[in-house]
Amino acid sequence: MGNGRQRNGTWVDLDRGTISREIFVNEDIYRSELERIFARSWLFVGHESQIPDPGDFFLSRMGEESVIVTRDPQHGIHVLLNTCRHRGMKVCRYDQGNTSVFTCPYHGWSYSTDGGLVQTPGDLFGVPQYRAGYREQLDKSEWSLIHVAKMEVYKGTIWAAWDEAAPAFSDYLGGMRLYLDALLDARDGSEGGSEVLGGMVKWRMPCNWKFAAENFAWDTYHSPTTHKSAELAGMGPGGEGQERHGSVHKNQARRFTSGLMAFPALGHATITGPPEVGAEAWFPEFPNDPAVAEYFEQVEAKRRERQKGKVTVTPGNGNVFPNTAFHPWFPRTMVVWHPVGPSRTEAWRWYLVDRDAPWEVKDLLRRYYMRFSGPAGMVESDDMDNWVYATEASRGTIARRYPYHYGMGLGFAEPVENLPDAVTVKASFSEEGARAFYRRWAELMDDEP
Amino acid sequence: MTSRRSTPAEALPAREGGGYPAADGAGERLAYLLLAQEVHEFLCMEADLLDERRYDEWLDLLTDDVSYWAPMRRNVQFGRWDTENTRQGQDMNWFDEGKSTLRLRIKQITSGVHWVEEPSPRVSRMISNVHAIQATPSLEDPEEVSVRYRILIYRNKLEDSTDIFAGKRDDVLRKADGKWKICKRTMLLDQSVLLSATMPFVL
Repeated sequence: MGNGRQRNGTWVDLDRGTISREIFVNEDIYRSELERIFARSWLFVGHESQIPDPGDFFLSRMGEESVIVTRDPQHGIHVLLNTCRHRGMKVCRYDQGNTSVFTCPYHGWSYSTDGGLVQTPGDLFGVPQYRAGYREQLDKSEWSLIHVAKMEVYKGTIWAAWDEAAPAFSDYLGGMRLYLDALLDARDGSEGGSEVLGGMVKWRMPCNWKFAAENFAWDTYHSPTTHKSAELAGMGPGGEGQERHGSVHKNQARRFTSGLMAFPALGHATITGPPEVGAEAWFPEFPNDPAVAEYFEQVEAKRRERQKGKVTVTPGNGNVFPNTAFHPWFPRTMVVWHPVGPSRTEAWRWYLVDRDAPWEVKDLLRRYYMRFSGPAGMVESDDMDNWVYATEASRGTIARRYPYHYGMGLGFAEPVENLPDAVTVKASFSEEGARAFYRRWAELMDDEP
Repeated sequence: MTSRRSTPAEALPAREGGGYPAADGAGERLAYLLLAQEVHEFLCMEADLLDERRYDEWLDLLTDDVSYWAPMRRNVQFGRWDTENTRQGQDMNWFDEGKSTLRLRIKQITSGVHWVEEPSPRVSRMISNVHAIQATPSLEDPEEVSVRYRILIYRNKLEDSTDIFAGKRDDVLRKADGKWKICKRTMLLDQSVLLSATMPFVL
């Protein structure tokens, strides 16, 4: 187990529960993260429903890199590095669309949606002046756009990795998969079936990406303070006066199971309890929308029936290491915290609904998601200042000498019977999730890539 | 590839009609100028209320059925205006809401613990290019007017956190009890990725 010992001294001390501020502000450490974390991990790039038809594409990011996610004429999905092999120009600068080729605006090299240089003979297509200039001395097949080393489509979500040696996606997820399922499966418990609403919310924050990522790895602790104003306003899914995640339906005892789950060897964490037979889900009340209330009562009844006697989990917010976080239920969204510099992060948020849900349900969720998340969201906007000014106040020469405290609940993690890679804490507040995140972070930073 | 003339998804379509009457009588031109001045004054007064943090008074300027929409913007090829903006009522948007949500936002802002607005930022909203006014039933006796203009929002918070938001607005104002109220607002912010960590209250 790495402890993150580097030339700058001990960054991550999990025995004492302290972490150096250097890892949030230091340029060299940041450069190293791009190499050791982002070039080796599985990263979420988007959702299949964004590219339903052949020729569809959208731009995404992996670490600092721009990538194009495409669907080729045979319906195959590709994740391609968005840079021309000739002089590096971005071959695509449109956020989304449909095309048969990406033509570089610089010298005109053109690539198909599967990433290959267009092979049409002659001097006009693929590589201009192929005969007159190159004298046909160029093997076009060797100069495709760079493909990711690995790609996986999991229940509609598209993930990719640059490292050939990255573990299989299912091994990378480990037991966290159950919790990702709670996000991605339909509300009635059937497999998959989600789609994303149009419009990805994107914004830039002058903070280190890890503040945002670790916030979804068990930081229930910040909620009563950070989100106090949202609760005072009462902006939940059921309308005015409701708690931000929804007031619990009168027939249900509780919203979250108490307990927190972390995967110390993998770096994932989620804010809910261990798997159990007949795990609870919950639905808020919708006093103003009887049709929506009825819909959720129906899907919940189906879910209970479908999962009867099976081991399932109660949905909880989580973070898939390193930077894909999610709210699995109300709201139901995924977000990637793209690193843009030691003190700069670009957030991209996707919003999920059941494809088969009636429009009035999708629309109610859409409105709730808008007032919850993103830089204009009543809940999420209050996170931003905390991350931004924590970053700023940690840059000083003096401030850097004093590590952060990550010791809450240290030593109280217990093994989980049916998930050998997990630990749990039977409490509502603990920093074991963040410690799991930084344990994995330190391990990767110590390894030679 | 759709045609170059495709409609920009309801957002700020090319205005046909409205504006300073060219060939009609002097009376109509005068009525236009008076109304344009009245509308301009109204918009500046509204900006004052927000800049001076008089949020409850600002809320009174909205009709109960107000529609307040700010789409997100995409990078698209020339002519693909149909995909440039997220759609009202269908997609995610920066804002797509009505009075009840705006009331909640004011409740939040005035709580004193809404960290985005603490300490209270200094904001100046600048209104310009007020034009293309259309009135019904008439310029002389208007009950509803639509107006197009530009807005530039300067926001400074703490010491060096400074943001500028520029965009185009289409508003519809309605007269109620002799006073103008906003019943519809469309705001096109000229950014795709929001370059600020947070959105100003009322774009």
